[in-house]
Amino acid sequence: MNEIQRLQKKFEAGRISRREFISRATAIGAAAAVPGSLFSGPAAAAPKKGGHFKLGLGQGSTTDSLDPATYLDTYMQTIGNAVYSYVAVVDNNGDIAPDLAESIEPSPDAKVWTAKIRKGVEFHDGKPVTPEDVIATYQYHMGEESKSAAKSLLAAVTDMKVDGDNVVFTLSAGNADFPYIMTDYHLGILPTKDGKPVDPTSGIGSGGYAVETYDPGVKSILKRNPNYYNDDNAHFDSIESLVIKDVAARTTALTTGEIHAMNRCDLKTVHLLKRQKGLQVIQTTGTQHYSMPMITKQAPFDDNNIRMALKHAIDRETIVKTVLRGYGQVGNDHPIGPSQKYFNKDLPQRAYDPDKARYYLKQAGLDSLKIDLSAADAAFAGAVDTAVLFKEHAAKAGIDVNVIREPDDGYWSNVWMNKPFCMCYWGGRPTEDWMFTTAYAAGAEWNDSFWSNDRFNELLLAARAELDESKRRTMYYEMQEIVSNEGGVMVPMFASYVMAASDKIGMPKLAANWDMDGLRAMMRWWMV
Amino acid sequence: MLIAQRLALGFLVLFVVSLIIAAGVDALPGDLCQEMQGQGATVETLKACREEIGLDKSLPVRYVEWLGGMLKGDFGTSLANGREISELIGTRLQNTFFLAILAALISVPLALVLGVLAALYRNGIYDRAVNVVTLSSISFPEFFIAYILILFFSVNLGWFPSLSNISPEMSIAEKAYKSLLPALTLTLVVVAHMMRMTRASIINLLASPYIEMATLKGMTRRRIIVKHALPNAWAPIVNVVVLNLAYLIVGVVIVEVVFVYPGLGELMVDSVRKRDIPVVQACATIFAATYILLNMTADILSIITNPRMLHPK
Repeated sequence: MNEIQRLQKKFEAGRISRREFISRATAIGAAAAVPGSLFSGPAAAAPKKGGHFKLGLGQGSTTDSLDPATYLDTYMQTIGNAVYSYVAVVDNNGDIAPDLAESIEPSPDAKVWTAKIRKGVEFHDGKPVTPEDVIATYQYHMGEESKSAAKSLLAAVTDMKVDGDNVVFTLSAGNADFPYIMTDYHLGILPTKDGKPVDPTSGIGSGGYAVETYDPGVKSILKRNPNYYNDDNAHFDSIESLVIKDVAARTTALTTGEIHAMNRCDLKTVHLLKRQKGLQVIQTTGTQHYSMPMITKQAPFDDNNIRMALKHAIDRETIVKTVLRGYGQVGNDHPIGPSQKYFNKDLPQRAYDPDKARYYLKQAGLDSLKIDLSAADAAFAGAVDTAVLFKEHAAKAGIDVNVIREPDDGYWSNVWMNKPFCMCYWGGRPTEDWMFTTAYAAGAEWNDSFWSNDRFNELLLAARAELDESKRRTMYYEMQEIVSNEGGVMVPMFASYVMAASDKIGMPKLAANWDMDGLRAMMRWWMV
Repeated sequence: MLIAQRLALGFLVLFVVSLIIAAGVDALPGDLCQEMQGQGATVETLKACREEIGLDKSLPVRYVEWLGGMLKGDFGTSLANGREISELIGTRLQNTFFLAILAALISVPLALVLGVLAALYRNGIYDRAVNVVTLSSISFPEFFIAYILILFFSVNLGWFPSLSNISPEMSIAEKAYKSLLPALTLTLVVVAHMMRMTRASIINLLASPYIEMATLKGMTRRRIIVKHALPNAWAPIVNVVVLNLAYLIVGVVIVEVVFVYPGLGELMVDSVRKRDIPVVQACATIFAATYILLNMTADILSIITNPRMLHPK
């Protein structure tokens, strides 16, 4: 982090005044680089300590557990971010910020990463956090018996060792984005003994809040950790997080003041919610996108002309307007969001063009096409509506889409990656490399289009190890172009996270990498 | 004797229910590990997960193990998060019973009084009005009634909270206050059935010769109905009341979801969704046992009110 970013942080946190900020920024000749939005809006108010924060989330289940290896949805992920510390975290601008590590330095080939672990941080039970805990926690996810989704993330780690206060990670190949992997919500550092977590379900971490009561699928009560090392975070005295799955119940609870904030507003009624006094409706558009993967190993999707025909046969603008009620942006058939660092701005936006779709059908030697599309709202709220709208749009191009309604139950095991063409969503990944590696690299476990492109795979490896930003940009631009024009996934839209909160809640600029302020609402928000 | 015979039959039914549930949950697509890991599952992590919780064993083996534990009074542990099932169910079961009792305390007396009054003033304006109101309330879906109650009593008037997030450390009065809206919703759903049965079984008797005799003696209608007709009408009424009580315990999932009430129904739905068989089994056993016990109670109560039934022809 450079000096100006540090100043900006201090200012946003209210620790220096506007006047002081400007004079110091001018002194380092950087005032021109400050974004204009910094001086406006509630973000400029200073955080205050205290208060009891009540949060209602639409996820969570009685089958949940505090073990970070099992986290499945926003409910446990936000709790994990409050209870545990990570080696690093993603800040609200999408950059890497230190957490347990004071610094993280790569070797020139990005193959060896050295994280200097902060001294004097304690777990909730008073035991100090050591570099050994970091290694044992990571091994817990990497081990033979691991059922953690972080296992594949850490597959490239070949060696970890303690060197004084440092943990030295050695990777099988260079990865410039390795610190982002350490921010994954599964990788909260656990207290360990003899190389094993003492009890991963105990909920003992070193984060800003300690678990007071935990009733899975009902509610959790957290208390501020009095020994938390970082005073810029964890402002509430206590937090009550409720599982409220019914969106109407969540909305009523917010309007009647029983909770202070909720996620996943009902887009059909959010305009009414906005009229309510004393409430703020907030949205962030980041990496969450809705997609339609085609299995490219199977006919007819093995022909790129067919894929291009389908990509031109969907009216994205209409779908964003109707299904998302405008709370989102059109997608360009690749998974990189407009707010991401290397988003390809030069790639023309694909538009609805039935004539072009017909042209591609002709190229494939067809006059008309009949395909099945499997859909269920388990993929995302509005997936079935999207499929039906697509059917109407595609009909104009001579493509007959037969929408098959699949059961929500078991959708991810039986439909996704099994049916040739289906609806899907991705919460998104914080970096280009991570997203591409997870779902587009040849042979990746979740490559849901079973797609393989030599040039793309070559670029992926090269860009991963590249520390030079402009070279990386060129490579990622080209990769987005390849995926958009040759890939097996339609990405019609990026969906915003829409949340609502009482005016009594203060928040800094929101992070867009996950729901609920990058899952860190409990840490970053405060009571005004 | 009769009770012992009924109990033995009840256990047989429970056994069959548990067999059906085990087979049914197993027949659903996907298993616990796939559902727990969702989109993020890989072949390796699925294998590790199945081995850890013993899903690699066959269904009969798992069922016999479960049955063995159950006979010793051990519900086992949840496959999903390793918690003791008795601990998971404990408070939720209390909550479910609390809501059922609260709803029953309101709805049963209300239904009986309304029913008797409807029989007394039958075919009059009162009778029609009561019928229209209760039949409409039973015809609307539960969640709709719940939302209407929330709109008036919680959003507009602000008398009651819209969330019934009760917890064990609250006093009974506080719990009752927080649970009043769900209890009212349930009341509106069940009252029509009981009220109509009370009315119908009383009216049925009003045509009997002994009632005619009473009328000829010059008794008031009120006395005829309360003292002469009602005692003979109890059997069918008790049956319907008990059936509705069972519904109040086992059929309230939707109300639980709308009011975020931590009852047993939601636990069961979550567990079915995640294919957590031991928890589903435990919930199903409790629900089935409730039904069996309440039905038995209904039979016994009808016999008490009508001794003739002790000697079947």
